[in-house]
Parts: sequence; structure tokens; C-alpha cells
Amino acid sequence: MPEHRVLLRNHLGKDLTKLDEYKKLGGFGVWPKWVAQGPAAIHNEVKAANLRGRGGAGFPAGVKWGFLPNDGRPRYLVVNADEGEPGTFKDRYFLEDDPFRLIEGCLLTSYALNIHTCYIYIRGEFWRAIDVMEKAIADARKAGWLGKDIQGSGFDLEIYTHPGAGAYICGEETALIESIEGKPGQPRLKPPFPANIGLFGMPTIVNNVETLACVPVILEIGADGFNALGTPKNGGTKLVGVSGHVKKPGLFEVKLGLSLREIIYDLAGGILDDRELLGVIPGGSSCPFLTAEQVDQVTSMDFDGLKGVGSMFGTAGIVVMHDGTDLIDVLKRVTGFYRHESCGQCTPCRQGTGWLAAIVEKMDQGLADESHIDLLIDACTGIEGNTICALGEAAAWPVRSVATRFRPQLAKAIAARSAAFGS
Amino acid sequence: MMGSLAFSSTSKQRIAELVARYPRKQAALIPTLYVAQDQFGHLSDAVMQLVADELELPLASVFATAMFYTMLRKKPVGTWHLQICANVSCGLRGSDHLVGLVQDVLGIGPGETTADGLFTLEIVQCLAACGYAPALQVNKKDYFNVTPDGLKALIEELRTQRTEKSPETEAAHA
Ligand SMILES: Cc1cc2nc3c(=O)[nH]c(=O)nc-3n(C[C@H](O)[C@H](O)[C@H](O)COP(=O)(O)O)c2cc1C
Ligand code: SF4
Repeated sequence: MPEHRVLLRNHLGKDLTKLDEYKKLGGFGVWPKWVAQGPAAIHNEVKAANLRGRGGAGFPAGVKWGFLPNDGRPRYLVVNADEGEPGTFKDRYFLEDDPFRLIEGCLLTSYALNIHTCYIYIRGEFWRAIDVMEKAIADARKAGWLGKDIQGSGFDLEIYTHPGAGAYICGEETALIESIEGKPGQPRLKPPFPANIGLFGMPTIVNNVETLACVPVILEIGADGFNALGTPKNGGTKLVGVSGHVKKPGLFEVKLGLSLREIIYDLAGGILDDRELLGVIPGGSSCPFLTAEQVDQVTSMDFDGLKGVGSMFGTAGIVVMHDGTDLIDVLKRVTGFYRHESCGQCTPCRQGTGWLAAIVEKMDQGLADESHIDLLIDACTGIEGNTICALGEAAAWPVRSVATRFRPQLAKAIAARSAAFGS
Repeated sequence: MMGSLAFSSTSKQRIAELVARYPRKQAALIPTLYVAQDQFGHLSDAVMQLVADELELPLASVFATAMFYTMLRKKPVGTWHLQICANVSCGLRGSDHLVGLVQDVLGIGPGETTADGLFTLEIVQCLAACGYAPALQVNKKDYFNVTPDGLKALIEELRTQRTEKSPETEAAHA
């Protein structure tokens, strides 16, 4: 079986939004042992586990935690539950179906880092998730797992949810911080990094939901056990979401290091209607698209395994397209999204995302020719590396990949559109 | 002054709870704007002023934040707010058919509201339900793997129900 489940437990038929059910499966079981060993021991274990950030960038969590200065200022833990990257639908699972796993991860992390306040920033559309998390937080508090003097340890922690309001950019960690502060979600220039000057100007750790959900697992099976699940420098398992043209779309959990083909064909059932594979977005729509040949070259799905094919592991939100896919239509959705979501702060991003969308609209209306593919590439060059945050690249990379790797197919689609509508 | 416009006691209590979560009042702004939206339907200038007064913030700050976020509504919407995802995964699984169906059945396009004020159609960005595409949200409730027939039946059901049973979250799952 290519799946390996330690995080995803929706097949057990248990209602894990109930604290007693969660505890029956071992929930909160590691607390006494690790409180006895102390904060530094937890931090060291997570560092040794090679837990890479699950929000997309894959930065080692234990290393990030080490950037907090020891200067006595209050610190915050911020959970990134914005889940906005198109193709990604994994954090929803914890927020709606296994909320205590996230709470336990926040508790252990906060204990390790001497943090007493944690905010979970949940995208506004996740109404149900916000309800479930609020109730779980209240239940955990009643049972003495949050609040003052947690389980007699002398440690205090409060967790609050905070709703987003429909802005993809607020998934970027500094925009997220601005948003919690009640401001428009416009990313800050880095440095300073949030670990030093973050929420309310205080040292702040921002981690993705799934990253924090891995912490109780690490402390249960140990860093060695966690490393054994993955590949070198990539500890653990990963939730992968497969969507688009597959027979069995959905959410799966695999050991890091499976091949992309195994995920698409063995887990997700292969290509819809048994058509030919055209291409794949491997980790959310901000990643360069892969051609069918490149898909075969991805033999290890982990944070280092897609560099060779010029793409990224990202969020492991895999979008599959078969040979009946209209590439202009896909580009229209992608470029329209980034144009809508650019916060408008940097000219290359604000203008560039508009140009990309406008050029694709021309293609769609049959008013373009092959030279417009080069225009797309030029517009990407104008954005890349010239912006405050990574949304610029996120908008440019997928477009560049289609314009270069799928050029013949795109040119054909442009010609067909012109023949159909054009003058 | 806007004589008749005031927060209900429930809203006031909720706002007080929200403010207590943060070291700065402004941090309670977005959640407070949702409380206001739930009570008043949308954020008119007068409602934004009310929020500014309640949180002791300049109106300009409230306005800047309200303008930035799509889900903070500056205009009224119908009783039933049909929000169809049209991002890549939903597009690959036929979300255009759902938009077309709403157009056929209700005669409204994206951004429009039916004359009886019952339905508003909106195209939204990725709802993080890509594996259950196409996805739809009606007010605060999710519907997954939506077919045109399913949507047609849902519209009929909502039409007879006419008003939302619970104005707060009654978010459940398909
Ligand atoms: C435009 C943009 C959107 C992002 N959206 C998200 C998101 O929805 N969820 C998330 O966890 N990280 C998102 N990130 C990454 C965060 O900035 C940050 O790296 C992450 O939350 C760190 O957590 P991790 O180290 O645990 O992955 C986004 C980044 C950018 C540039
Ligand atoms: S790159 Fe785009 S989204 Fe990021 S700060 Fe600049 S304008 Fe805003």
C-alpha cells in the first residue's frame, strides 16, 4: 500500500472533534514525559527530526524556532491556517476533523519555546473549521489542557482563532501578521524577520497547521522514527491532495519520497477516462507545471526531489490535467487569480499580474498569435526577483512554465482560438 | 448622527470578548467587522463608523481594512449567496457548468442579484476543496462534488425556504 497514515485518521470512523475520542487514540499522551525533560529537549528533538515546514517553502521548523532572540520580550506562536494556495486542501482536515492534534502541537511547541499566546489564523471561508476549532479550544481549556497551570506544570497558554477575510496574500507570513493586527494584508519587507519583530512588534514564530500537527507525532515516535518515515533531510509523512483529471481525487498521506507516478496512478486511480496525461502542477498553482515526461522523472516527492525538473514540492497539492485540457482556459484561471490577489504594493507585481491576465484574455478571445507567448515570457521576466514578497514569482513561474514547456500545445490552442473567433 | 444604528447586546458582548483576545484593540477589527456584517448584512459607511466608534479607531483605518478584504462586504447580497469556485481544479471538473446553470435557472450572472433579492451569484477563488471539486459555498455552508442537477435541486430548496434558518454559522458539510 503506498499510503502510510500517522496524521490522517478519517478512515477510523472516530469523531476526533471529541476530546475523549482523541485521548483514546493516545492524544496528549506524550505531555508528562516531555514536560519532565524540559523545553530544550523538545526543541532538539524537533530539530533532529528534520521537520520541514509544510506551508510550502520547506524551511526546517527546528531551525526557525532557534531564531527567536532570548531577550525577555513576550513571544507569539501564529498558526498559518490560511490554506489559500490553489490545489491545496490538507489543513482543512485538521481544522475540521482532528482539531486537538493541532492544539496539542501548539501546546508542545509553545512549551518548547516559552510562548504563552497563540493565534490560529483561519481563512474566512472556513466557517465550519472556525466553529470546530473554537469548540475544541474551549473543551481543551475545560479539561485543563489550556489556560493557567496546564496539568499542574506551572505553564500557561491561551489559544485564539482569528478569521481571515478572503485574501490569498494573507497566507504570506508577514501579510498574515498585518492582518491579525487589523490592517490590510500587505507583506512587510524582510528583514526584520518575524522571529525578531513579528506580531505586535514581538518575536513570532509562524508555522503551517500541518507542520505543528507533526510535532506530537515526533515526540511520540522520536526523531529517529520520524526520520525513518521520510528521506534524508525530509522527515516524516506528508498529506498530499490530488485533484483535477484523476479517477479518485482526494486527500492521502504518504511517506516522503514516493514517486509522483505512484501518487497519481496508484493512489488517485490514474487519469480520468483513461486519457493521456498532459501535465501536472505538483504543489499548488504557484509551482511550475510539469510535462508528462517530467512527471516520470520525479522519483522522490519531497522538498528536494523536484529541483531537478525545475519545479517545487510546495504544498503537495497535485493538480492533474489530461490531454483534453484547454491550456488557455487553465492559464486564464491562474493569471486571473494572481491578478485578483496581488496586494498592489509593488509595481512589477501589480502591473505584471495584470499584463499576464490581459495577454491570456487576448489569447482566449482569439485575438493573439504565437508572439504573445513571448510577451508572456517577457512579462514574467519583469516580475521575477523584483517584488517584496514571493507572490510575484508565484504568479510568474506557472505562466513561464506553460509558455516554455508547453509551447507547441499553447501555440496550437492560440491558433485554434483565432480561427474560431478571430478576424 | 445615525440615530437608529446600534449594535445589539449580543453583538456588543461578542465584540467585548474579541477585544479581550488581543493586546491592541485594532487587532479585533476584522472579527468585529464580521459581527457587524452578521447583524447589518453589509458594511455601509454608517456601519463602519459604528465599528470605528466601538473600537476607538480612526474611520480611515476601518475603511482601509474593510476595502482590502473581499469577504467584508461593502454592498448588500441576496438572502442566498451562491459562491462558486472557478479556480483551476474546480474548472477542470466543470465549475463553468454550474455558473451556466445559475444563469439559466435564475437569470443572473456573476456579481448579480435576482430581482426578488433572494439569490446573488459570485465567482470566488479557491475554497480549498480541490479534491471535492466542483465546490460551492452558500452563505456559510459548503457543498462539495456539486453536479448541475444537485445545484438545481438546491436552488429550488432554498427558494422555498426563503430565509436562512440561523443567521449565525450553521455550516455543515455535504
Ligand atoms: C503568496 C503566499 C501565500 C502563502 N500562503 C500560505 C498559506 O496559505 N498557508 C501556509 O501555511 N503558508 C503560506 N505561505 C507561506 C508562509 O509565508 C510561511 O512560509 C509559512 O506559513 C511558514 O510555515 P512553515 O514553515 O510551517 O511552512 C504563503 C506564502 C506566500 C508568498
Ligand atoms: S509581490 Fe505582489 S503581493 Fe507581494 S507585496 Fe508586492 S504587490 Fe504585494
